[in-house]
Amino acid sequence: MPDDETPSTEPETPAEPTEPEAPTESAEAPAEPTEPEAPAESAEAPPTDPTPEPEPTPEPDPLLDPILAELRQRLGNGIVGSEVAGGDIWVRVDRASWKAAAEACRDMGFDYFCFLSGLDWLNNPNLSAEKVWDPEGGPEALPVPTGDWTTGVAGGETRFQVFARLYSITTHLGITLKADLDDENPSVESWTEVYRGADWHEREAWEMYGFDFVGHPGLRHIYLPTQFEGYPLRKDFPLLAREVKPWPGLVDLEPMPGEDEPAPTGDDPAADGAEVAAETAEATTEGGE
Amino acid sequence: MSVTTDWRQAAYIAGQAADARVNVELETEGTTLNIGPQHPATHGTLRIVVRLDGEQVVWAEPVMGYMHRGYEKLTEVRTYPQITTLINRIDWLGHFANEVPFILAAEKLMGVEAPPRAQWIRTIFFEMARISNVALFLGDMGVQLGAITPVFYAFRDREHVLNLMEAATGGRFHPNYDRIGGLKEDLPKGWVDECKGVMKRMRGFCDELDDLLLGNEIFQARTRGIGVIPKAVGLSYGVSGSNIRASGVDWDLRRDSESPLAWKSCDWKVWTHPDGDSFARYWVRLQETREATKIVDQLLDSLPAGPIMAKVPRIIKVPAGEAWEHTENPLGEMGYYVVSQGGLGPIRVKIRSASFNNISITPWLLRGVYVPDVITILASLYFILGDIDR
Repeated sequence: MPDDETPSTEPETPAEPTEPEAPTESAEAPAEPTEPEAPAESAEAPPTDPTPEPEPTPEPDPLLDPILAELRQRLGNGIVGSEVAGGDIWVRVDRASWKAAAEACRDMGFDYFCFLSGLDWLNNPNLSAEKVWDPEGGPEALPVPTGDWTTGVAGGETRFQVFARLYSITTHLGITLKADLDDENPSVESWTEVYRGADWHEREAWEMYGFDFVGHPGLRHIYLPTQFEGYPLRKDFPLLAREVKPWPGLVDLEPMPGEDEPAPTGDDPAADGAEVAAETAEATTEGGE
Repeated sequence: MSVTTDWRQAAYIAGQAADARVNVELETEGTTLNIGPQHPATHGTLRIVVRLDGEQVVWAEPVMGYMHRGYEKLTEVRTYPQITTLINRIDWLGHFANEVPFILAAEKLMGVEAPPRAQWIRTIFFEMARISNVALFLGDMGVQLGAITPVFYAFRDREHVLNLMEAATGGRFHPNYDRIGGLKEDLPKGWVDECKGVMKRMRGFCDELDDLLLGNEIFQARTRGIGVIPKAVGLSYGVSGSNIRASGVDWDLRRDSESPLAWKSCDWKVWTHPDGDSFARYWVRLQETREATKIVDQLLDSLPAGPIMAKVPRIIKVPAGEAWEHTENPLGEMGYYVVSQGGLGPIRVKIRSASFNNISITPWLLRGVYVPDVITILASLYFILGDIDR
């Protein structure tokens, strides 16, 4: 995968990764084209229990459930995942049904085009400003993406997803559509014939993520210079500002005087709750004094 | 090139040339004209390449990116509270209004709701951002059409709104006042009374511009029928806000969304105009500024007491999930699609800014118009470069 984004690289794969941790996994995922099956299988487990608190019977939504039912009727097997929660609806469609989904939505009254963009489900670079890339090492020293990503609402099996939002100005309902894209060659049909506003958004997604929109009248750079190499919004594109100097915003995460435990790094909600309790207790004691 | 002094010979040559052009049906050589990147009509650095046939545009292409700051990438390496500092600067004239939808999205993911007083003050500042933003448009549109006076009035009266913002938030342009769970601090003493005076003044400003421009024959001749956006085309391009309301679409997210802000508790009106031309866009914005002052007045009267901050931890971690929140910003629909995986910062923030879609219609809209009308149309669409380039 990193070979794609750095066209100037030599054919040799990142054989000498400087990172000592897990060199086998990181080398496997991009190198062998058959390997994406394995992460896909591992990532397929979440769709059965997509969120940490899967409600067994989500309460029926009188406005959004009919939309989902009609979309199922129009697209059939094209819908591979969906979720209705919190007054919002997500529908994940097959890559081949991406344009058909737009046409179906347009015919169902979603007349307002909101946005279209991409998602890269790899993990974020570390917030604490650790260097992830040594510019001296050239493109080969770029961090190798690891295969353990989790996808969001309505599931997903691939690293890249294209997603878009449509809205109806008569019913005031919106819908978020997603589609999985091939990680090696992300390409999907263009929406420009369905929604004219998709033109610039697809140019942006092409430029920022490297998605190819088949049928787009002119995929040109929209923000970046014509000679720009790489796809900046991909997670493995290094943010140079963080590489050349330490991040001053780090002080926000450092403990205040009197707090002995460092800034939290774990993600378990229980610790979060305990922290809330600690915070409030601290506040009350301070108020008492 | 030789210069002839015989006027009869000159007239003969000119006549021959004119005949020749008539014979080929007035065909002229095409010209390519760069409008911008530095042009007063572009509010920043938008460059529009137009291909002209005589005075008429046959093809137009906006060129953006002179101010691309990569906010979507930067949000991925910042914590939630730090992101409000960034997004203040997207639409720098609508400052506070940029913060609100992002904070709402983060609150939605966290399951936090700000107390009523905070929602009221948020709404007041949101509408004040609208007033200070649109007031500049109301004056600036006159400048684009050759009337200098309105822009002085706009800058004069807008300053009072900005002073109020500064008094409460400490920042004229970048208040950075909204927090997850509430607001940075409460209003200062005496602020409410002063604000009422300023709102009255702003209504006077609207009346002044109404007198100055709307009835003006030149203004009407320059704007009526210029740059008509049909409803269906506008929606397909994702044009929003006053631009689409001027095309007769009765859609305002302040009224039509489930926003926790306090708009629903006020009595106000969504103005639309059936024409869809530059005049309609100006007219709708003028009415909206008036409505905004009324909203602020009502909210000041009904301002509830109580805390301005809900209980949130000092270090904010947002649970995993995806949330979309959008509000009716001064320039149109602005929304944030926030994807969190439970960390200190989001893993993806898609910023849906209004001007990006509003301007994407220009290649279609500018086709066939005359050069002076290009300026009228750009001014009446009203974009902020930071809102396009992000």
